[in-house]
Amino acid sequence: MDFDLSSEQSLLKETVDRWVADTYGTLAQIEASRKAPLGFSEAAWLQLADLGLLALPFSEADGGFGGGPTETLVAMEALGRGLVPEPYFASVVLGGAAIRLAASSDQRQRLIPSLIDGSLRLAFAHGERQARYDLADVATTARGIDGGFVLEGQKSVVLNADTAGMLVVSARTAGGQRDRAGISLFLVPTDASGVSLHSYGTHDGGRAADITLSGVHVPQDALLGTEDEAFAVISRIIAGAIAALSAEAVGIMEALNALTVDYLKTRKQFGVPIGTFQVLQHRAVDMLVALEQARSMELYAAMMAEAEDPVARDLAMSAAKVQINRSARFVAQQAVQLHGGIGMTMEYLGAHYFRRLTMIEMMFGDTPHHLRVVADAGGLA
Amino acid sequence: MDLSFTPEETAFREEVRTFFRTEIPAYIRAKVSEGRPLARQDYVTSQRILNTKGWAVPHWPLEHGGQPWTPIQRYIFTEELMQAAVPLPLQFNCYMIGPVIAAFGSSEQKRRFLPRIANLDDWWCQGFSEPGAGSDLASLKTRAVRDGDEYIVDGQKTWTTLGQYADWIFCLVRTDPDAKKQAGISFLLIDMKSPGITVRPIITIDGRHEVNEIFFDAVRVPVENLVGEENRGWDYAKFLLANERTGIARIGLSKERIARIKRLARTTSAGQGCMWDDMDFRSRVASVEIDLKALEITQMRVVAAQAKRSDGKPDPASSILKIRGSELQQATTELLLELAGPNALIGAASGDLRNDLNAEFDWVDAAAPTYFNTRKVSIYGGSNEIQHNVIAKAILGL
Ligand SMILES: Cc1cc2nc3c(=O)[nH]c(=O)nc-3n(C[C@H](O)[C@H](O)[C@H](O)COP(=O)(O)OP(=O)(O)OC[C@H]3O[C@@H](n4cnc5c(N)ncnc54)[C@H](O)[C@@H]3O)c2cc1C
Repeated sequence: MDFDLSSEQSLLKETVDRWVADTYGTLAQIEASRKAPLGFSEAAWLQLADLGLLALPFSEADGGFGGGPTETLVAMEALGRGLVPEPYFASVVLGGAAIRLAASSDQRQRLIPSLIDGSLRLAFAHGERQARYDLADVATTARGIDGGFVLEGQKSVVLNADTAGMLVVSARTAGGQRDRAGISLFLVPTDASGVSLHSYGTHDGGRAADITLSGVHVPQDALLGTEDEAFAVISRIIAGAIAALSAEAVGIMEALNALTVDYLKTRKQFGVPIGTFQVLQHRAVDMLVALEQARSMELYAAMMAEAEDPVARDLAMSAAKVQINRSARFVAQQAVQLHGGIGMTMEYLGAHYFRRLTMIEMMFGDTPHHLRVVADAGGLA
Repeated sequence: MDLSFTPEETAFREEVRTFFRTEIPAYIRAKVSEGRPLARQDYVTSQRILNTKGWAVPHWPLEHGGQPWTPIQRYIFTEELMQAAVPLPLQFNCYMIGPVIAAFGSSEQKRRFLPRIANLDDWWCQGFSEPGAGSDLASLKTRAVRDGDEYIVDGQKTWTTLGQYADWIFCLVRTDPDAKKQAGISFLLIDMKSPGITVRPIITIDGRHEVNEIFFDAVRVPVENLVGEENRGWDYAKFLLANERTGIARIGLSKERIARIKRLARTTSAGQGCMWDDMDFRSRVASVEIDLKALEITQMRVVAAQAKRSDGKPDPASSILKIRGSELQQATTELLLELAGPNALIGAASGDLRNDLNAEFDWVDAAAPTYFNTRKVSIYGGSNEIQHNVIAKAILGL
């Protein structure tokens, strides 16, 4: 067993950590980017391209970096700590996985270079409002016509859709609304006729959109992967997403715990630092325990995200997400509590961490959802 | 022993319930229920309707507009009010400064302020906390120096809830810098229009403007605005904080939210059916309801015991109500968040949440902000850690 990073991975970590500290070391820097017209900084996005981070998940044959879940983990921890507003998760982790796992060589050649140089961003338009966390619940349809497909339906909370050039859309080509079989993925330009976006800010300072597809015509080569068989790809995309979010959450919890411990040492009430009160010491220790438990499951998630056996993989991802969610909730709540009033304001970085951790909890399965998955499977064998 | 209400109490419950549901405008109650911000005018409208009926300040002394109700009736009144999603009469007016002036104010202060407090003609805010004085309130530094028949006030207050709407602020100020902590504090009433006062908004974790910092730069306050005696302010503050604590369990509010969660769960689709078909979700709702039931009876016990006490001192058991009541309020918001599920991310989908009252409303928009905002209830009114200290000392003798 080896829990250490390789020398290349350590180098990657140093690079990303330094960039994050320089670019998003303060709340003012984060907020300045959020307030930009795109909801993030175009310049910072291109810096991520220059650093090679946008190439991270693509194979070397495709001109990428050939990174796996561990490289993504290293990047996401740092991006989490910096609450980096650029749509790395939406475009590279979710969208990039769809391309990596399902695109034909023709599609790869067409898309990957512009994904790597930052000129094209993707959004993953899969979730629908009624579906909650059921990955197979797809009511959007794609009807085959001569030379292509026509898409109809609605997608909800599509992360960073308004600044993506291309959407990866799931739609039903066969079967009933909640069948695993019969789902397909399509590449749909965001400005295609019949696509309309209702964009809004999310509660973590990011952006998302609800998307209506009405009579959207796409050519045959917009089909991504095998018709009717996208569920397996979607599950793999989500497994990677859960691993990435786990890493982001750990990065945030680590930073939030550090802020809190620092505050306990400096804030004085009753003439002493509040960190001298034993109840607060113990609470901070419980926060550390929660972080370490989360970190272990973060590593487990990275190890299992690309496991061959889909059953074992998905069970592992559910287990990881439960632990991450629980730790995130505890750490977030206690951090606010231990800060008192200061923890309740948007002028304080900790409050932004709180909000992002809450949203991570609610994405791709909350605690009850994943707990049920594990329970339905009879637990972890 | 009898845990049931008398026929008179039940009739009283019906009377107040009907009044709340027919007389208080539905749009105001909907905002409260849905966790949307209220406009200043909404508080005023609602409180004036209550005041016209004689019900804005039923717990005040009779001569100042109180009602001759038993503690049980008062309890029923507040519970029904919250369950009908009627805004509580402004806390700072009706539960804080009003009772203090009624108990310790001069007759001139009573005449001048009390009717306006009850009718919300003047909006009051609470100027106790300072950047350096939160849990350790007695370490406050804002100074008031006597100059002829005025005090000159310098310093800063913070976390002042809805101070942006306020006409008046009641403040704890230090009038004797040499006395030991609690001993040198006085209780002053300050007109918010006084020159030298600056209000700076603080945006809270839910993205709304709920609290403020208030700066005092050589603010002149007439000596007649001192409550009671100079350097006795700490006693009045303790009286006020004890009143704050007994009302803080907010059981009615939690019950109202649970009822709403059940309604929403029936229309929130999940799988083949709705969230209310999900037995795991239902059992989590049931679990909170059971806790609430227990707390309700605990609260009745505290109320009944309080009625028998002659010393008028607050029961340290009210700290139990604060701890459990705040935890359960928070638990209900976690259920709401769960109900919203992945849609909880949706932020300002239907308009800017920063007090945009005209925005079209979708309940999922408010689920996360309500959860965020409710973290405050274990911090203010004496943090839950401080309440544990109170119980450990006063009840357990540790
Ligand atoms: C939304 C909101 C609205 C408010 N509105 C008002 C208002 O209108 N007017 C007003 O005057 N104030 C108001 N307050 C202030 C509130 O009363 C204080 O936040 C509270 O007293 C805690 O003080 P603090 O924030 O300075 O935290 P601190 O006192 O610094 O506490 C930080 C942490 O240390 C813990 N702690 C402190 N002392 C001890 C101890 N002895 N033992 C164990 N743990 C301890 C606390 O529990 C907390 O977890 C408001 C606060 C909030 C959050």
